[in-house]
Amino acid sequence: MFEYCADPASLAGFKWLSCYLTTGKHMGLYWAVGTVLLLLAITAPAALLFGFGGAAAARSHFRPLSWFGKGYIAIVRGVPDIAFFLFFVIALDQGFEWIRHQIKCPDWDQPIRQGNDFIVCAAAKLPLSSSPQVYHEIYGFFLAVLTFALVFGAFAANVLYGAMRAVPHAQIETAEAYGMSHRQAFWRIMVPQMWVYALPGLSNLWMVLIKATPLLFLLGVEDIVYWARELGGMKTPQFTDYPHADWRVWYFLALLVFYLAFTHVSEIVLARISRRLSHGQATLAGEKQRKGPRGRGKAAA
Amino acid sequence: MSCWDTIADYALRSQGIGERLLPRTDFTLCQQFTLIGSGMIWNIYFGVLALVSGFMLATGVAVAKAHHQFWVRKPAEWFIFVFRGSPLFIQFFFAYFLFQSLKAGYPFFGAFTAAWLGALLVLFLNTAAYSAEIFYGALMSVPKGDVEAADAYGMSGWPRFRRVIWPTMLRLAWPAYTNEAIFLFHATTLVFFSGFPASQQRGDALYYASYFADKTFNPFIPYPILAFYFILLTLTVIGLFGMVNKRLNQHLPKERRAKIRLRVNLIR
Repeated sequence: MFEYCADPASLAGFKWLSCYLTTGKHMGLYWAVGTVLLLLAITAPAALLFGFGGAAAARSHFRPLSWFGKGYIAIVRGVPDIAFFLFFVIALDQGFEWIRHQIKCPDWDQPIRQGNDFIVCAAAKLPLSSSPQVYHEIYGFFLAVLTFALVFGAFAANVLYGAMRAVPHAQIETAEAYGMSHRQAFWRIMVPQMWVYALPGLSNLWMVLIKATPLLFLLGVEDIVYWARELGGMKTPQFTDYPHADWRVWYFLALLVFYLAFTHVSEIVLARISRRLSHGQATLAGEKQRKGPRGRGKAAA
Repeated sequence: MSCWDTIADYALRSQGIGERLLPRTDFTLCQQFTLIGSGMIWNIYFGVLALVSGFMLATGVAVAKAHHQFWVRKPAEWFIFVFRGSPLFIQFFFAYFLFQSLKAGYPFFGAFTAAWLGALLVLFLNTAAYSAEIFYGALMSVPKGDVEAADAYGMSGWPRFRRVIWPTMLRLAWPAYTNEAIFLFHATTLVFFSGFPASQQRGDALYYASYFADKTFNPFIPYPILAFYFILLTLTVIGLFGMVNKRLNQHLPKERRAKIRLRVNLIR
């Protein structure tokens, strides 16, 4: 990156490190941090949406829909989530290809599952085998996001389901007394009030989501774990201008610190949001704020 | 080849006993059930040992975190922060490469690069941190009256902790601790997917499940089998912990007893 990096033999000490940390491959690592943040930025709202759908379905009066919602919530517990990640990525991929296969190649007569192979016609491949590498990567990332959203959606659904039940029932009864329909009461009364109750669970979920991002590595996305393994491995002068011994332990230490800092900052921000939300609420936290410094002074003593 | 032969060949495959080659073609349901079940031995091994050892450290760390002296409290707080604030997955990777580089200087660390010891150590420290936070929370909510009553009986120091504070703390923490145990068992599936290699294809349940999914390109059989085993394991854990919970609560009137409720917590 810097001009003085042109001749690696002349470098030493700090200068060497500055060149080393700005090689093209390291830029890949920094991009991967961006990937993780992008995943979080997309997954969090998507999971919330899935969760909201799941919770609303579980509360539905229409039996099959409520079974579906409850099943969605229940099935992700009891089983290690990493198994779900590994499962969904293959299952979703095959599902998409199967649907496209049904649409695009109706006159295909061979079975799709032949022994150990899953074969769809060439036009149904996702992405098409002729498309450039970028599309393959984007598709992989998209599958990862969908998987994360599905799994975390179930957990968000669980939290939101609990939050909906925590809204005092009198509120709904009042809405009904005003002549609101079931749907109106849900959207106008329950949904605006449930967030205070959902916040502790959702912030816990956010922390868990941050800590789940390294699992991207298992889904075949070139994330920070991938780059840390790649870059930290033994480098000899034969293959690179910046030879070094096995440094993976340092790279993973850096990742550890990155995640610690990330969760710590999130913790502070979430505490602030929670303080803001419980302001003026008839809960213990709200009461504590109302009483102000006296309560705090007591806690300090 | 009948199913009994398969069981005889592969039931202890994850420990390196029995047939050396994994099945390569014509995968039967029986083979998948047997091998994934055989992998469960590792999950139970990691889970049980980490829980038992982690329990003791967790008690110590929780007491240390509640201590009034700065230099006792801070290390405990940092220990909990580091292990709860970072992903277990990264902890495994870091530990593996750390042991690997230590091995070069001190041959003593050779054993730690193998999963049975290295990953166990990480899981032990990790569950100790999570449990310590639970125990700390429970310790803080031990009723004041109980401690005052102990004081009135002339108890102090160790006898007071051993006979009054500790049992109450356990009783209060138990429902949350049950969840911690369940998710620890789930976390054991990460071991062979992080740095730690599975030597001679002796892996855990997920290792074999993903082996079958890769070979058959059909995730709809091995993963549900894995799910079946884990739900069974979860129910067993809930049953066992429920028995302990009953004993811890036996002196209380019925309506005040703490019930175990499964709460979401998932990945570390």
